[in-house]
Amino acid sequence: MSVLQALDIGLAFLVFAVAAWTIFAPGAFAATVGYVVYGLLLSLVWIRLFAVDVALTEAAIGSGVTGVLLIGAAARLRAAETAGREKSLSGLSRLLVAVLCVLVALALAGVVLLLPDQGPSLAPQSMQHLPETGLGNPVTAVLIAYRAFDTMLEKVVLVLAVVGVWSLAADRYWGGAPGEARAQRPEPTLAFLAQILAPLGILVGIHVFWVGADAPGGAFQGGAILAAMWIIVMMARLTEAPQTKAFWLRLALVAGPVVFLAAGVAGAIFAGGFFAYPPGFAKPAILFIEAFMVLSIAVTLPMLVAGPPRREPRR
Amino acid sequence: MTSATLAGLVGAALVGLGLYGLIANPQPLRKILAFNLMGSGIFLVFGIVARKGAAAGLQADPVPQAMVITGIVVAFAASALAVALVLRLFEDTGQATLNPDAWTKPPDGGAGAE
Amino acid sequence: MSLVVDLFSIVAIGAGVFFFVAGTVGLLRFPDALSRLHALTKADNLGLGLVVLGLLPRSESLLAALKLVAIWALVQLAGATAAQLVGRAVRRKGTAA
Repeated sequence: MSVLQALDIGLAFLVFAVAAWTIFAPGAFAATVGYVVYGLLLSLVWIRLFAVDVALTEAAIGSGVTGVLLIGAAARLRAAETAGREKSLSGLSRLLVAVLCVLVALALAGVVLLLPDQGPSLAPQSMQHLPETGLGNPVTAVLIAYRAFDTMLEKVVLVLAVVGVWSLAADRYWGGAPGEARAQRPEPTLAFLAQILAPLGILVGIHVFWVGADAPGGAFQGGAILAAMWIIVMMARLTEAPQTKAFWLRLALVAGPVVFLAAGVAGAIFAGGFFAYPPGFAKPAILFIEAFMVLSIAVTLPMLVAGPPRREPRR
Repeated sequence: MTSATLAGLVGAALVGLGLYGLIANPQPLRKILAFNLMGSGIFLVFGIVARKGAAAGLQADPVPQAMVITGIVVAFAASALAVALVLRLFEDTGQATLNPDAWTKPPDGGAGAE
Repeated sequence: MSLVVDLFSIVAIGAGVFFFVAGTVGLLRFPDALSRLHALTKADNLGLGLVVLGLLPRSESLLAALKLVAIWALVQLAGATAAQLVGRAVRRKGTAA
């Protein structure tokens, strides 16, 4: 058994153990911390699967931003845990559910083991048309060029999620800012971290977005890093969460999908097909669309984490 | 057993684990966690399909990778909406439970609800 | 020459792994939260620093080596902040935090 195989087996065991801890941990807060650790270990698994873009996305969004969301929720709901006594399943029901889950897992494992060694693949076609898009990273080409419609709809899903979260505000808070209304003094330790990390993080985020055209990276990963910087600045109370009725905020939220859709329609007018890029002009068009995508993601993710407005709107 | 097959098997196990957590845990936040676990397990099965599609000089098929990236972002958006719903439920009823018999009226007679 | 470099890498990474193991043992065996925090921060600083030191001769360019050192510096920053915040929370609310 080579060292790499031993590493793979150890990693697989560790991922399963941490996931089991997340399910069976005694408190919700412990389970959430376990989930963040699980997400980071999963990024390592994705690197072993040679999917580096996915590993970056999993670490940034799957473990990082989701972790902030869930830890905040677990901390707020800690009072509910001790208050309500939940009616949990009886022993027999638990056994039946466990049997069902083992059957599902076995069925999926059977499917995984029955996969052929060399399956059908779209890699040859992706690589064949890569020079026309001007990009060097096939995953970015799939996201923005070959399946651009899917990615645009995904941006629309993000906007819908923000609309859904904001609609959970009480009527009198509509248009106000998310977050508790309390004294807005900066929190010193987090302020130190934010003041040092934020400029660096913005640089790294823009770099990850820019380099995603030719190397692992891309709009989602870069946008998530920028979003994390804004979240940290807001957590340090160096700046307030914006009012949800602010025009610049709403403009930034929809800029990504709107520019994307406009590019698609422009492709229909100038390049002969919906979401077709004019030959020779593909890479600048792609980077233009991606820049607005990064802006939208960097604004949408913190708004989703901040939650519905909980303060009266000013003016 | 290659690393891809191992990752696929771990993904299958995670789907089973997540399904158990989704059904057996009564608290909504734990259900959201288990659902995310299930989702990432399914993404791992995508990963093995991508790895088995290695061709044309690439180590993994890029199309399933792009789908997984999309899936991770959409899963985060869904989790955010679910968490906002649970927190709103907690604000309105004082408890975070899906059992309607346990919900109590808020002390100000419903003025904070609408 | 490359034997000396390999030996240096092995010794440094081994020492770093030792500090990580020591930190994990401390996490599992120390009695209260503040001493566990102490053990963890040692693992972060010394362990990761030694691992990065061991990887420096094997990096492919000066830029890659600088990136490794930058990663270590960023982990230091995040770890120090997290330790401060956890320590303050433990002191305020007791170990039930």
